[in-house]
Amino acid sequence: MTTTATTPPRPRAAIAERTLRTDRWWLAPLLTFLGLAGFLVYATVRIFVNDNYWVEEFHYLAPFYSPCLSESCAPGSSHFLGQPFPQLPSWMSPAMLVLALPGGFRATCYYYRKSYYRSFWLSPPACAVPDGHKKYTGETRFPLLIQNVHRYFFYAAVLVGLVLTYDAVISFHGKEGGFGIGLGSLILVVNAVLIWGYTLGCHSCRNIVGGRLTHFSKHPIRYWMWTQVGKLNKRHQLFAWLSMFSVVIADAYVWMVASGAINDLRIFN
Amino acid sequence: MTTRHFRVWRGDDQGGALTDYDVEVNEGEVVLDIVHRLQATQAPDLAVRWNCKAGKCGSCSAEINGKPGLLCMTRMNTFGPDETVTVTPVRTFPVMRDLVTDVSFNYEKAREIPAFAPPADLKPGEYRMQQVDVERSQEFRKCIECFLCQNTCHVIRDHEENKAAFAGPRFFIRAAELDMHPLDARDDRKEFAQEEQGLGFCNITKCCTEVCPEHIKITDNAIIPMKERVVDRKYDPLTWLGRKIFRRDQLESQK
Repeated sequence: MTTTATTPPRPRAAIAERTLRTDRWWLAPLLTFLGLAGFLVYATVRIFVNDNYWVEEFHYLAPFYSPCLSESCAPGSSHFLGQPFPQLPSWMSPAMLVLALPGGFRATCYYYRKSYYRSFWLSPPACAVPDGHKKYTGETRFPLLIQNVHRYFFYAAVLVGLVLTYDAVISFHGKEGGFGIGLGSLILVVNAVLIWGYTLGCHSCRNIVGGRLTHFSKHPIRYWMWTQVGKLNKRHQLFAWLSMFSVVIADAYVWMVASGAINDLRIFN
Repeated sequence: MTTRHFRVWRGDDQGGALTDYDVEVNEGEVVLDIVHRLQATQAPDLAVRWNCKAGKCGSCSAEINGKPGLLCMTRMNTFGPDETVTVTPVRTFPVMRDLVTDVSFNYEKAREIPAFAPPADLKPGEYRMQQVDVERSQEFRKCIECFLCQNTCHVIRDHEENKAAFAGPRFFIRAAELDMHPLDARDDRKEFAQEEQGLGFCNITKCCTEVCPEHIKITDNAIIPMKERVVDRKYDPLTWLGRKIFRRDQLESQK
């Protein structure tokens, strides 16, 4: 057995400044903080509103309340999944029953983890800027060890994507019945597309469809799927933000139409 | 030709400080050119480690205006005309003198990784692999071992106490390279990455990827896939069930 000489550890360079970065390194975490905080504020307000989430006339269902699974739901707003939950207490809205799934998917997403670790937890706020914590154990122990449940939320997010796709399809409902197209239909379609772009570009999805393989050559179909998911995965950050904005825009649009604040712009019927 | 203001950290393990210099800068030069000019004109005892001056040897890692980078790949025209340029040694490793640090931490971590283990029934010369199977591992072979990723990783940069338990991004790509290698016979790379290399310390804030001069997608292509492979083994009930039902853990061809 060979041995190597060990030398006592030497100190690091004595540099007084905590960071010597001269660029605007604080801008990205600040914008991220504002964006995510804005979303959280909107979501919190929205789940307590408990009204104006269903437009019977055009079959628009607000994404925050989809699927509507309680007997408390507005008439007509529950679709193929039915109403498995009973009447809810007055302080509780149907949105609270379902938002844990897409919320959990985003909270444990590898991109969002990066963004909130940097912008909320300052761990670190930017590269080569001190992380501001005395001790750091990362995701090695509870509670951050729970981030490994991202896989479960991915499975749930696929179901959520299917439901939002269904919502987009039924939104092509005319004022006088039958087929119709409104601005709301198009917004819900764009939202569903962006949600799928985000969901299918997920790192867990990339691993499941083929990333875990060692011999791509023995699994050509899974290799093809892996390459396609990889294309979305490269834009995961982009889809994370676009889908977050689109879900808010779609929800707010349905909210405004349902409340009568604006009229839906009808393109056909 | 212009004259530019530089601040260079001078000192050793006993202490040091930023020292001011005004130095000539010519069109097309990089920061390493300026450091060499300082050595030639004003500071002949200035210590700097360098070799290829082409971004391929990984020797001249430092921090320029606080950002980890290679001195030889940081062009002077990326700075404003009146901007002071501050050059310091990498912070995460012990300083030896001026811009030279002791990076032996990385070699110690490298030695801890079990070496490539070919299948027992293959002799040298009999290895056969398809390109599609090895190209993921090949991305990681671009690493020039500049250790900028190790330097910028806050897990050890800001927490010296984590050095014993954390191998760092450079060695996570080595772990991924071997785990994804079609001819590596070891089956415990994932467990090793989690339990011995401290994969869980990484909170995927991607600074390693940002500073990599070879543009290796360290986080997306190595660290996250390794985290996901650990989840496959330890946390995913569907994968666990599939392995049990189909006995995949016993079928080498399914890998």
